[in-house]
Amino acid sequence: MASGGDRKAVSVSIAVRNVTKTFGSFTALDNVSLEIPQGSLVALLGPSGSGKTTLLRIIAGLESADSGEVQFDGRDIGDRTARERRVGFVFQHYALFRHMTVLENIAFGLRVRPRRLRPSRAEIAARVGQLLDLIQLRNQAGRYPAQLSGGQRQRVALARALAVEPSVLLLDEPFGALDAKVRQELRRWLRELHDEVGVTSVFVTHDQDEALEVADQIAVMNAGKIEQVGTPDEVYHNPASSFVYNFLGNVNLFHGRVEDGTARIDREATGHLLFVRPHALEIGRASVGPNSLRARTTHINAAGPVVKIEALTEWGARVQVEISQDRFAALGLRKDEEVFITPRDLAIFTNDQRVS
Amino acid sequence: MPLFAAGLRRKSIIPGFGLTLGFTVCYLSLIVLLPLAATFVETSKIGWHEFWRIVTGPRAVAAYGLSFGASLIAAGMNFFLGTLVAWVLVRYQFPFKRILDSLVDLPFALPTAVAGIALTTIYAPNGLFGRPLAALGIHVAFTRLGIVVALTFIGLPFVVRTVQPVLEDLDRELEEAAASLGATRWKTFTRVLYPAIAPAAITGFALAFARGVGEYGSVIFIAGNMPMRTEIAPLLIVTKLEEYDYSGATAIATLMLLISFVLLLGINMLQRWSGGRGERDAPEEPLLTPAMGLSG
Amino acid sequence: MVNALPASAAPAVSESAFVRRLLIGTSVLFLGTFLLVPLGCVFAAAFAQGVAAYAASFHDPDTLSAIRLTLLAAAIAVPCNLVFGVAAAWAIGKFEFFGKGFLIALIDLPFSISPVVAGLTYVLLFGSHGWFGPWLAAHNVQIIFAIPGIVLATIFVTFPFVARELLPTIAAQGNDEEEAALTLGANGWQTFMRVTLPNVKWALLYGVILCNARAMGEFGAVSVVSGHIRGLTNTMPLQIEVLYNDYQYVSAFAVASLLALLALATLVVKSVVEWRAAAIERPSA
Repeated sequence: MASGGDRKAVSVSIAVRNVTKTFGSFTALDNVSLEIPQGSLVALLGPSGSGKTTLLRIIAGLESADSGEVQFDGRDIGDRTARERRVGFVFQHYALFRHMTVLENIAFGLRVRPRRLRPSRAEIAARVGQLLDLIQLRNQAGRYPAQLSGGQRQRVALARALAVEPSVLLLDEPFGALDAKVRQELRRWLRELHDEVGVTSVFVTHDQDEALEVADQIAVMNAGKIEQVGTPDEVYHNPASSFVYNFLGNVNLFHGRVEDGTARIDREATGHLLFVRPHALEIGRASVGPNSLRARTTHINAAGPVVKIEALTEWGARVQVEISQDRFAALGLRKDEEVFITPRDLAIFTNDQRVS
Repeated sequence: MPLFAAGLRRKSIIPGFGLTLGFTVCYLSLIVLLPLAATFVETSKIGWHEFWRIVTGPRAVAAYGLSFGASLIAAGMNFFLGTLVAWVLVRYQFPFKRILDSLVDLPFALPTAVAGIALTTIYAPNGLFGRPLAALGIHVAFTRLGIVVALTFIGLPFVVRTVQPVLEDLDRELEEAAASLGATRWKTFTRVLYPAIAPAAITGFALAFARGVGEYGSVIFIAGNMPMRTEIAPLLIVTKLEEYDYSGATAIATLMLLISFVLLLGINMLQRWSGGRGERDAPEEPLLTPAMGLSG
Repeated sequence: MVNALPASAAPAVSESAFVRRLLIGTSVLFLGTFLLVPLGCVFAAAFAQGVAAYAASFHDPDTLSAIRLTLLAAAIAVPCNLVFGVAAAWAIGKFEFFGKGFLIALIDLPFSISPVVAGLTYVLLFGSHGWFGPWLAAHNVQIIFAIPGIVLATIFVTFPFVARELLPTIAAQGNDEEEAALTLGANGWQTFMRVTLPNVKWALLYGVILCNARAMGEFGAVSVVSGHIRGLTNTMPLQIEVLYNDYQYVSAFAVASLLALLALATLVVKSVVEWRAAAIERPSA
């Protein structure tokens, strides 16, 4: 038992090596490998059906891989069952024991230990008390899950997982079932909690903002494969594939060709795909170069920190542009006006490989 | 919001409320309430002292003891084995599972007299099970053990059918959570699963018990029907009637009725308890559980 | 060998193959001993002396009369309780009113009353010593120890079945579809026949089948009011008792086999109704 001031658990690094998992004819994971350094907070980000939850469950031992192995600190743990792995798992719908109070839920993992490994009653009470403080629910300790709000249940589920001092904390869509506002608060709280507890943590999400805001490292998954692993900065600014580019934020897509190392938008070209984020597009009343596109504004939404403009190109493609309020005021743009749109920053993909 | 919804329903535009409710209450009164009222009025004519003398007579007390004791043992067997059967039917795949699942309801559908003669034939000293058991010195037919066997048969579906839906609805994540927290399979069962299914299992137990206390048809063939030894309470009523002892029959019937009411009340409270806990809101009408076919 | 695969093969939350087989084995043994053997025994005993002896059982005029009486009692009791069940389910399922819970409990009453007590209540009402006994005798009407008593007792014990099957289904359906039909100009009866009934027809069918099975199989209540007059007031279950006590085992089990077939048919209908309901639910789940 850790006691008193030092709450840092002994956490491990995780290595996933060539894991494949199929359910009938559906391939959930296709030869996936991933390194998760000790003490990091990693997001598995992807659309539903991308295999992220399956990967999490395989790490937890709730599911077994068809092939490949999972290592904790370099040791294969394939023969260890879920209960032997000392993994804290937070379920999407919390899976709180509804016939137990908050306190009993948190104490469960300690109370079910074999007698020789079980802490004394006083130690259990002290540990549960610490966790109740950590999740700020000490005065709700005697309540049942049904009497708590969604955010409170989420925190109880986290405390219950942390009570057993797991070597790894795994969270399945931890904020998926919560209101937008509570979700914001809990994200920050999870970040702080991780900094305080320091346990290696992996969470699954389909929400890019959540992954970008909370995680140290993001593994973007698609169709049973990992598309890219990197810091939020890297995956956002340097997406390794068109999927990642698309998945992380809005994007405009053009066909194009590359001449003398520069990209030219050309709707008849094939082979190259050009990606531009809405905020990387200039908008003006005059053409400023060969990549300036003639377009007509169709919709303007000025309510918000940035102004969102939708325009149709000459050939009828819809383009999204974001500009600052100041720029918008200076331009004095209106709906149904002819404009020129010019990309400042283009990402070029050829056969789904980033060229530049 | 629920209040609002209830308010809307009260002012429903759907027709036929007066007609259907009126018919329901009239029919209920004629078929059920009037005869029951007759029984209580007839009992009141007997007088308190005479009533007390009849219902505390040694033969009557022996009959209740037998009815209650045998029902309790049979319901207890069904409590354990019914929970086991429900578990197996929900959790495992094996050949002929669907047929077996359907057959669980047989005691609801098979007339009690048919069950009675079949069980008697099987457990008679020369029967399929009776012969080997007799060789071991165990006599089932025409003994109290036979009554327990018949009541176990009659009560078999109750626990299975109350526990089964609860097990089916049980979130697999609860067990996974327990496992990831380090609980063994046995601890997961005793601490997480059993508390979740216990209200349903206890409700099933109570239903089986209530059914057993009033059961007649399946028991009288196998019981032997010896006064003081193997005479169940419903049989005592029939015997008194055949002796034209109307006050005797009425007094004992009234006592059984009162016991039925108490059991019904208890079962309703149990069902509220088992339906009213948990993360989902308590059902609006806890009594609206599907029919269990509880009857003899 | 039993192929004891868990329903969903999540390794963390399943038992070892040995435990699974042990649990399945115990369950199958229990169900086999208590359900299959008695059921098999009915047919084995009915055909113990061959098909001819089995068929001969149905030449007995008393047995034929018992079959006729059973069919008659069911033919009256089931429609009565069907009408009641639909009316009660409509009133309780579609409307909110004071005392609803109490009304449901009253409808449940016949389930929890011993059938013998149920029979006795009718004797106390209509018997020669009963409330209406003298009046009935003066007008030469016999209810107890006659067919009307048997029908009444049958109605009493099968009273809740249709209502109980329909109620949860009708209540779960909500009022939206009916309200839509009414706003589209349908009258109450059209709404019921074209909107409500198609939605609850399987529950209704099952309720009727269950009600019928109990009506034909009722023993205790009918036994008290029948008077056991052979050829006149014996229903099939009572005839079984008479034959069995006369040591006419083949005949007793022959009649019993008909009722056992009825029970099996009831189970088949129940299973089909449930599988249909599950098949409808599954895609949306």
